Amino acid sequence: MQATDEAPPSSQFHSDADRSANDGPRRAAVYRALSNYKTARDRTGATFTDWKSARAAASTIKHEAVNNLDKYLEQFERNFTARGGKVFWANDSRQARDYILNLAKEKNVKAIVKSKAMTGEEIHLNEALVAEGFGVVESDLGEFIQQLKGEAPYHFVFPCMHLRRDEISDLFNRELGTAKTNSPEELTMIARKVLRRTYIEADMGISGGNFIVADAGMISITENEGNARLTVGVPRIHVALVGIEKVVPRLGDLALLLPMLATAGTGQHLTGYNSMYGGPRQPGENDGPEEFHVVLLDNHRTRLLADPEQRDALHCIRCGACLNVCPIFKNIGGHTYGTTYQGPIGSVITPHFRGLQDWKHLSGASSLCGACTETCPVGIDIHHHLLRNRRNAVTQKPTPLENLMWKAFSFLMRRPRLYSFATKVAPLAAKLHPLVQGTLADPVRVWTDTRDFPEPAAESFRTQFKRHQSTRASQTESTNTTR
Amino acid sequence: MRITLFVPCFIDSLYPNVAMSMVKIFEQLGHSVEFPENQTCCGQPPFNSGYWEEARSVASKQLEAFKNADCIVSGSGSCGAMFKVFYPELFHGHALEAEAKALSAKTWEFSEFLVNKLNVSDVGARFEGRATFHDGCHGLRELGTKEAPRTLLRAVKGLELVEMGEAESCCGFGGTFAVKYPQISTAMAEVKCTSICETKADYVISNDSSCLMQISGWLNRNVGSVKCMHLAEVLAAR
Repeated sequence: MQATDEAPPSSQFHSDADRSANDGPRRAAVYRALSNYKTARDRTGATFTDWKSARAAASTIKHEAVNNLDKYLEQFERNFTARGGKVFWANDSRQARDYILNLAKEKNVKAIVKSKAMTGEEIHLNEALVAEGFGVVESDLGEFIQQLKGEAPYHFVFPCMHLRRDEISDLFNRELGTAKTNSPEELTMIARKVLRRTYIEADMGISGGNFIVADAGMISITENEGNARLTVGVPRIHVALVGIEKVVPRLGDLALLLPMLATAGTGQHLTGYNSMYGGPRQPGENDGPEEFHVVLLDNHRTRLLADPEQRDALHCIRCGACLNVCPIFKNIGGHTYGTTYQGPIGSVITPHFRGLQDWKHLSGASSLCGACTETCPVGIDIHHHLLRNRRNAVTQKPTPLENLMWKAFSFLMRRPRLYSFATKVAPLAAKLHPLVQGTLADPVRVWTDTRDFPEPAAESFRTQFKRHQSTRASQTESTNTTR
Repeated sequence: MRITLFVPCFIDSLYPNVAMSMVKIFEQLGHSVEFPENQTCCGQPPFNSGYWEEARSVASKQLEAFKNADCIVSGSGSCGAMFKVFYPELFHGHALEAEAKALSAKTWEFSEFLVNKLNVSDVGARFEGRATFHDGCHGLRELGTKEAPRTLLRAVKGLELVEMGEAESCCGFGGTFAVKYPQISTAMAEVKCTSICETKADYVISNDSSCLMQISGWLNRNVGSVKCMHLAEVLAAR
């Protein structure tokens, strides 16, 4: 799934980025899908009386939550356990995996069904369960497809957005032996048929969680297919694996956050199903799991919490809007990132979660256009954090060649006379350019391989302006003399 | 009014006509223009690359060069944003923080300065052709410049302004990004330029020459027929 085992993340990124940036048909498909998203989102966004204020309010809620994580998480734990739920605090992915594995073994679990949870991807939960002999089936349609394909999600909200219908049909035909079809309804029915059986057979359902509601002691799950309701409601054990930053103080906060998540995420007013889960089956109730465990996952989120400059990255509600507007994402696609969380927000947080030096290239791979920050529903300063990651990476460990280059650059730019001289020599140097053009010695080859480079003007502005000033001065003088 | 020009290094060397056009426009409006010769680069390249110390040493020279300016006008939204938005962060907690904030407060992007400081929306330009406008990201999202250039262009006689679908999409320049990730950068240019070509415009106009270097680089290589012009060049045309 992750490329870390084979090649260093940065070389994997570079080669995949080059390849996908030249994959015209795939880029076009992604652009098409995201332009539909944009239309829907703009329409829904416009129904907010004041999106800006809504965004500021959402940001305030998350700010309060993130800056009082300890208080609200403990409040959640108290309220949730009071109804018989169990809470496990997982410092890292190993602890989280071990807890869920041991639980499955202890409770003699045979089959597991799982609804969409990026935290599961983050800790490589499925691989761990499968390695121990448990069968796990993803119940979200997109995740179901990706699981059949043996591929990581392409986008953390739209896992198989890169696939065409015929590719999905071929996949089902190959893996499930179903007849080929081009109808989305029929494709959905194929998955549904497999999944219905799975819900009934599974004795453990694993989910993520969109919000942890402190005062209610509940987990909020938002979805469009109803698969999460069956995943958590039918099996006898429910495990929700949720990042600690998902906490919000009050149930009432969801009145704003749910519509904002739906609008920013998919362009819907609200997703099809919004459910609250507050504990296992209570005495006198007819359905629901016998046991309900919430695994609160840190896995280095507290590193981000410790950084006051970038702490607001924990506001993220994983709507994926920043991916949907990102020109980098649209051109390189999700898999290129090699991360659980793709796109701009992934480039901000992954270095904190998995090591700055190994993942700093993601922060470098940005034109800093700021479309992500503009669209973020909770006001995270995304693209400026990319700049801060770049700075932190250099402060920690400068790259020798770059270090030298910027020292030389700074030497020149601190000396106006030397710089002015350089502007005079530039046109001469440009005249020599054809001698090396296109060869390995060509200093601007990385540019000119795909684009033309402008020739320096015969005279720099400063030279032209000087002449202009003296002409004007003499004109004024002669006017004065004539007078 | 005494207007001090901040002429980014690549405009100085590659596109001097952009800055000369600004001089012409301001002088025709009756203002005096000055150009402190000890200005060089805003320091954005090392800043964006993470080399803030080197950026600071270059930037402190600009603080000195523009110390006596009343208002500073930049023909690049990106370099303007460096002065206006990033200097305060770059110098945060440093000895020159106050100077950086003062510089920030008196810095203007060219079109914003004309429309919102000088209250001019028609500079008396005449320019024949069909044109589309590219919003440079730094101008658009760091400085909030969207309407000012359009206001000015709508007043240009003979000019037909058409919006492209991807007006607000990044052209893929992004400074050192364009050479560090040339394939991604070029793919972005392709998207941008395809949208430009769809408008059937003769010209693509922007308030940022750095974007135009990228856009013209792609257009000249692949299309050839659409010309790139800086807003100031169009506004200086008579």
